[in-house]
Amino acid sequence: MTRLIPLAPGKACAAPPARVVLRERGQREVFCGLTSIMWLHRKMQDAFFLIVGSRTCAHLMQSAAGVMIFAEPRFATAIIEERDLAGMADINEELNKTVARLLERRPEIKLLFLVGSCPSEVIKLDLGRAAERLSMTYSPKVRILNYSGSGIETTFTQGEDACLAALVPELPAAESAAPELMVVGALADVVEDQFARLFDALGIGPVRFLPSRKSGALPPVGPNTKFLLAQPWLRDTARALEARGAVHLPALFPLGVEGTTAWLMAAATAFGVSPALFQAVTEMPRARATRALLRYNDTLAGKSLFCFPDSQMEVPLARFLSRELGMRLEEVGTPYLHAGHMADELALLPADVRLSEGQDVDLQLERAREARPDITLCGLGLANPLEQEGLTTKWSIELVFTPIQGYEQCGDLAELFARPLTRRTRLAV
Amino acid sequence: MQLTVWTYEGPPHVGAMRIATAMEGLHYVLHAPQGDTYADLLFTMIERRGKRPPVTYTTFEARDLGYDTAEIFKRAARDAYERFQPQAMMVGASCTAELIQDDPGGLTKALDLPVPVIALELPSYSKKENWGASETFYRLVRGLATEQPKPGASRLVRPTCNVLGPTALGFRHRDDVREITGLLFQLGIDINVIAPMGATPADLVRLPAADFNVVLYPEIADVAARFLEKEFGQPYTRTVPIGVGATQDFIAEVCSLAGIEIPDLSAFASNLPWWSRSVDSNYLTGKRVFIFGDGTHALAAARVASDELAFEVVGLGCYNREFARPVREAASALGLEALITEDYLEVEAAIARLQPELILGTQMERHIAKRLGIPCAVISAPVHVQDFPARYAPQMGFEGANVLFDTWVHPLLMGLEEHLLGMFRDDFEFNDSAGASHLGGHGAADKAAEIGTAAVDAGEGAIAIVHWAPEAENELRKIPFFVRGKAKRNTEAFARDKHLETITLETLYDAKASYGR
Repeated sequence: MTRLIPLAPGKACAAPPARVVLRERGQREVFCGLTSIMWLHRKMQDAFFLIVGSRTCAHLMQSAAGVMIFAEPRFATAIIEERDLAGMADINEELNKTVARLLERRPEIKLLFLVGSCPSEVIKLDLGRAAERLSMTYSPKVRILNYSGSGIETTFTQGEDACLAALVPELPAAESAAPELMVVGALADVVEDQFARLFDALGIGPVRFLPSRKSGALPPVGPNTKFLLAQPWLRDTARALEARGAVHLPALFPLGVEGTTAWLMAAATAFGVSPALFQAVTEMPRARATRALLRYNDTLAGKSLFCFPDSQMEVPLARFLSRELGMRLEEVGTPYLHAGHMADELALLPADVRLSEGQDVDLQLERAREARPDITLCGLGLANPLEQEGLTTKWSIELVFTPIQGYEQCGDLAELFARPLTRRTRLAV
Repeated sequence: MQLTVWTYEGPPHVGAMRIATAMEGLHYVLHAPQGDTYADLLFTMIERRGKRPPVTYTTFEARDLGYDTAEIFKRAARDAYERFQPQAMMVGASCTAELIQDDPGGLTKALDLPVPVIALELPSYSKKENWGASETFYRLVRGLATEQPKPGASRLVRPTCNVLGPTALGFRHRDDVREITGLLFQLGIDINVIAPMGATPADLVRLPAADFNVVLYPEIADVAARFLEKEFGQPYTRTVPIGVGATQDFIAEVCSLAGIEIPDLSAFASNLPWWSRSVDSNYLTGKRVFIFGDGTHALAAARVASDELAFEVVGLGCYNREFARPVREAASALGLEALITEDYLEVEAAIARLQPELILGTQMERHIAKRLGIPCAVISAPVHVQDFPARYAPQMGFEGANVLFDTWVHPLLMGLEEHLLGMFRDDFEFNDSAGASHLGGHGAADKAAEIGTAAVDAGEGAIAIVHWAPEAENELRKIPFFVRGKAKRNTEAFARDKHLETITLETLYDAKASYGR
């Protein structure tokens, strides 16, 4: 099923090109929202994610993680069994017991997320009420929240959005009268620290990050809070923050030199930083990042790119690869296109690029085969089959696990795309 | 409700995918929500397949629930047929679709597709991956195998058999098939059909034409073989040819089913018997080994470990309860209690308690082994990308026995090296914490001893902690690192038994005398 729908132009765009988005509905070769737990559980160090689901959910977590590097990760699955469904066991009672066993085993947990799955949603297991009920037992030692990472409602990174949106009501009210900056979206610690140093040098502060590394240090929020989105998949979280009075600072996402500069600039403008100071603070890292990108120019310039939908990072990535490395865009597919948050990004894409939202994987594969791009960004299920057909691929999942945001990571990000191409040229077998 | 960190088996529809992906000309339409496509990467990444599994997922969403999920299924099934033109289709539901009860079988029937359609009922909330694979293969065989055996087939032609059980994502299935079909051919037996691996639905129709069936993997093919025996009078093999002894038994069984003489076996010799008898292997004697995997591979490993390498099996278990009974019997014959569990933390605790010198397990036990610093070899699914080697490395047959010898023995110290380490452990230039030169994990050994003991202590939290007197601790350090963990554990247990608060030099040697080696 394919529909062509004109996308409302972004407000940041002075003379918006008339964009047509190809919307498809069919088999989707993407992860569900549970998969976000892979990075969230490393980021939030005293939180635990208990998926209430099926053996499939547990198997997904294990397979998508690839290797089981953690003896006991900070996530687990409470597998619903036949007796729970048949009413032979009271499922809420079973959940109480499971949580009790878990908390006994892991006394260091301060924040527990009950994470809904496709089966728990379909049987209408009310995890919101379960969280309330369990909170009464374990509060204040353990805070218990819930969100859904089910595949029938969320695609991959939307799981993080749902998780952070569930955290927003828990944020303390901001008390200070001075404006505060909040950076929203999980970033690698190293990137977070770099941004914190840059904001500090710009004199912007205090700066707080959501999610915080410790659940006891959740950032306060209020009408004086201005927030930057560090990740493009945070629709519900942004809405929830706005509902608490916070103000969104629209910007490009911090990928590439241009994206990072625009992103920092949005905060600098809102906090009244002088252009001279901004220039002075960003000049060095900007030059360094530009130099780092230069190394990949020969490999990537003029090469064509085809993005299968995966993380919602596709549009900012395409903007970076086309504008800073001279790549040609065949198709930019994304699971979900947020017209508002993507307005600045879309304005910078070439007018003729094919944008697609959603997926019918067989049809999209046909387009990719016809386009024969130099590099295809796709998920792990498609990568080897496309390589076998002679197409060079880049695994999209690496983009959510690797630090790629900010100036110091520009070169790393370009390298991720250059490596498969270089490899192909080097191999003589 | 079951609290799970890691699982040994996936859901049953993944078992069905292993059958579908192994075959040609078959397509599987799976009623499933977004996200269940993760299963594709098991095949494309872990097994490095260059083709997508032949599976279409309907990908329904929350907003579809309640009014048109059945329509979505019908459209997906029709489109899949038109696009892939399979000889036969399988239809079924994943765990979520099972709850919405759309009846994929009935819906597909209404489409009136011009090919056989096999409807799968795989209860996701009570069954698991191996059961799903077995049930799927049985349904396919039952639905498709119709050709009657040729009456009174002439004995002038060679006897024929089918080889049943190899699937996609199986542990060394590709190489086992090559090894065993080669062996059968040399015995004078022709292959009628190999299934599911490489078979088409049309091939399954021809299954009854063979004289008998060879079941390589009972977890997958036992049910189908029983059906073929009952329906078409085809007997089937019970011996799984892993190890030299089992391969010899298998040859005898196969020859008897084929009605032929057992040929002279010296032409098919394995190196294992001599490698095991040569003097370097002396050091393998009584090595304490812990075995865990699927029932079939764990049983086979126990036999090879004790009879063909003279290891001492100190733990034996499996994760698939369907095969618990023979594993329990084998364990009790070895004087052990079998560990039948799907809880990986329980397996880890058992290993930490037993402090084996070698672990033969799945990829889960490999992770446990890495953490505890114990050598490990993988003998069973679930497996990871490194268990699909580029080289030929069967587990079955005589070449398989060679592979077993190498892969189980190489993680251990070489005999002469172990001897030298013992001899020179007091040499001032020799730092035993560096580990053996041919093993990667330098310095892992000390950690092993400590971690192992810590885990034991944690498990017996109520027991009073025993202290080491400094001179006893010094003496303990002189013991070669590869037995230090065991010595420490034995001494502490000894001290607890005797209600001693402090371990002195005397205690250490009393304990040594009491435990032997």
